[in-house]
Amino acid sequence: MIKVKSFGRGGVHPSGYKKLANSKSIKRLVYSGNYIVPMSQHLGAPAQCLVSVGDEIKEYQLIGEAAGFISANVHSPVTGKVVGLRQISLPNGAVSNAVEIEPDKDFIDNMSSQQNDNSDFNLDEMPSEILIEKIKAAGIVGMGGATFPANVKLSVPKGKNCTDLIINGVECEPFLCADHRLMLEKGDQIFKGIEILKKILNPDNISIGIENNKKDAIANFININAEKGVGCNIQPLKVKYPQGDEKQLIKAIMGKELPSGALPIDLGAVVLNVSTVHAIYDLFYNGKALVERVVTVTGDAIANPSNFLVRVGVPYSFLIEQAGGFVDEVKKIVSGGPMMGFAVLDTSVPITKGSGGILCLSKSIVRDKHTTNCLSCGRCLNACPMGLSPAMLYKLIDSGKYGPAMKMGLMDCKECGCCSYVCPAAIPLVQGFKLGKRMGRK
Amino acid sequence: MEKKSSESLEKYPVIEVSPHLKATSTTFTIMWAVSISLIPAALWGVISFGWYSLVVLLASIISAVAAEGLVNWGTKRLTIHDGSAFLTGLLIGFNMPPEIPIYIPVIGSFFAILVVKAAFGGLGSNWMNPALAGRVFVFFSFNQMGGSCWKKPRFLPEMVDSISSATPLSVVKSQGAECGINSFEFLKQMGYSHSAFDAKLTDFFNSSFGLTLPNGYFDAFVGNIPGCIGEVSALLLILGGIFLLAKKIITWHIPVAYIVSFLLFSWIFGGLQTGSGYFSGDAFFHLFTGGVILAAFYMATDMATSPVYPKGLIIYGVLLGFFTFFIRVFGSFPEGASLAILFMNMFVPMINKLTKSKPFGYVKTKKEAK
Repeated sequence: MIKVKSFGRGGVHPSGYKKLANSKSIKRLVYSGNYIVPMSQHLGAPAQCLVSVGDEIKEYQLIGEAAGFISANVHSPVTGKVVGLRQISLPNGAVSNAVEIEPDKDFIDNMSSQQNDNSDFNLDEMPSEILIEKIKAAGIVGMGGATFPANVKLSVPKGKNCTDLIINGVECEPFLCADHRLMLEKGDQIFKGIEILKKILNPDNISIGIENNKKDAIANFININAEKGVGCNIQPLKVKYPQGDEKQLIKAIMGKELPSGALPIDLGAVVLNVSTVHAIYDLFYNGKALVERVVTVTGDAIANPSNFLVRVGVPYSFLIEQAGGFVDEVKKIVSGGPMMGFAVLDTSVPITKGSGGILCLSKSIVRDKHTTNCLSCGRCLNACPMGLSPAMLYKLIDSGKYGPAMKMGLMDCKECGCCSYVCPAAIPLVQGFKLGKRMGRK
Repeated sequence: MEKKSSESLEKYPVIEVSPHLKATSTTFTIMWAVSISLIPAALWGVISFGWYSLVVLLASIISAVAAEGLVNWGTKRLTIHDGSAFLTGLLIGFNMPPEIPIYIPVIGSFFAILVVKAAFGGLGSNWMNPALAGRVFVFFSFNQMGGSCWKKPRFLPEMVDSISSATPLSVVKSQGAECGINSFEFLKQMGYSHSAFDAKLTDFFNSSFGLTLPNGYFDAFVGNIPGCIGEVSALLLILGGIFLLAKKIITWHIPVAYIVSFLLFSWIFGGLQTGSGYFSGDAFFHLFTGGVILAAFYMATDMATSPVYPKGLIIYGVLLGFFTFFIRVFGSFPEGASLAILFMNMFVPMINKLTKSKPFGYVKTKKEAK
């Protein structure tokens, strides 16, 4: 019996709602309308746009070049013609430059039959520097949501060693099951991706953290692992939010707390999401730059919750339509998971590299909570996985004392939402912290 | 474009910062659930002590809610419906002797809401438990509180006046010093009676487990004893407490730490009062005849005035047990729970500070420690 692990303090247990879509296999979506590809789909500086209106471009062609170390390339998801360059608002409310591409008709017709498994890829012949270079060129970023450029994580600084490679298959956000489906359906491919990472990092241990509510995925991985003899440690984890966070996952698997301000590599760890690993597989075996991902479209207000394999640049409205549209009055549409995702105003926003899900929630889930005085009940203190004092921080921010709030560890807050989730007084704690961080940085 | 965005604005009106899921418990559900869990004990009080005790309960509740309304009117903020004033009023009523003149709980409620709660910033900002502060305020202000307001419960047979107009605790306290025998045994000698129900159960336990229990424990446990309106029935209060635990409104730390430490202290040192030496205190007599059960589940667990970390809750509970025992047995009052809680309220900020753990990632690694 394998020991089920978890991170120590804090955390919450929201209802999972995973059953809505976790039995739906991944379906490829072909969209024939105009693709809107933002230049900022990652953490860091927006990419520099390389095309202008009227240009004919090819699928996987570089259209945005990384502007700096923490930045990522952007490629065209389709073959077609640039018909516009404009500013759009992203699902998270930020404004970004975007390229509007009218896809070629023949290309769209052939898209669903595309098969190009480049099985002659030989891992042994590739030095690891070139592998990292290729990952960088393909614009691969962390697809768990934070969209941190993958090549930066994989470039281990001099004097440091990667001892632990941790593959993140936790998917602790309720509702989402894109990673779950990927682990079930593309397990072989993920393991091929892991072999590539093994070659790059040469770690002592490889662990795959999966929460216990995905028993089928755990079983699948244990089988493949035994078959292929990769020597991974498949680690079942107790279901607890926010286990998918890098710091909590390192704590759960390695038993070490990442010091404040340090990077995982300081403890010898590199953490990558399963969908990122799959994107790396896709790059080397299928020659694909990162232009597509699996998106869960779910919620209690959607007719047929589904998992779609879709290109970036497709508007949310198309995915919602393909999932059967709404069955109930929609109160909120959320991009990402319900705990950290963003409520969107406009469904014309496009899918980006970081969009893991679209949730359509009715009023039975989006409850109105009336804000009252803080009861000093201490639930937020015991829920905070970072061991901060949310109620106290909020009081400081509320009275404009950003300096003292920063000293109490405001910057260690990662806005996971556990405090707001448990707060019986419905105090908008996370909102306060977002404001406090912005004001405190000034 | 303009038109489209305004359309979608109407369609999906809720734009909020994450998280988009919220736990179900709110201030309102917490306050009302606590109030509901007190209803059985309140009903028992009314059945046992008669209609007048219902009047006392209603008077405390109405005056507490009225005081909250007054504060709302003054501050222009509506908080009257959150249930906290109702609960404070109910708890003040629970802590009143059944025959108390009506103006006393009214004064207690107004003091609790206006002085203890509102003056410090309202719900959650008070450092002292409002219901207990209101009770203790009237306890020290009017000598009726300790005197002639007690009443024999309905199901207890007639007995001598001097006994039926006092609580078992105060009889033992005032007359039982150095008696050298079990508290219930002593009460019996003083003319204290017990019900047929109690006699049956005591006989059953004594014969089937080979014990030599005196009569009275089972009356005390179900609430067939003289005492304050709401605090007599340990059984119903424990059931209410279990309901709160099941609903995750309170955690086990305070009630368990409080009751266990109180029992231990009473057992080890309680015998000193009656002259029977160490390890001979009548712990269960102390537990069931006073306000400890009500205090452990409902008063000490008040969120605003109790510590926040689990470790702190246990320290708080253990100290409460000690001070309740100490005041009861060695102090000048028969009852200790209210004063012990108010006393410990003062230490809450200190306990919080001492039990606060370091934030994630601030624990020194072994290398740094070297």
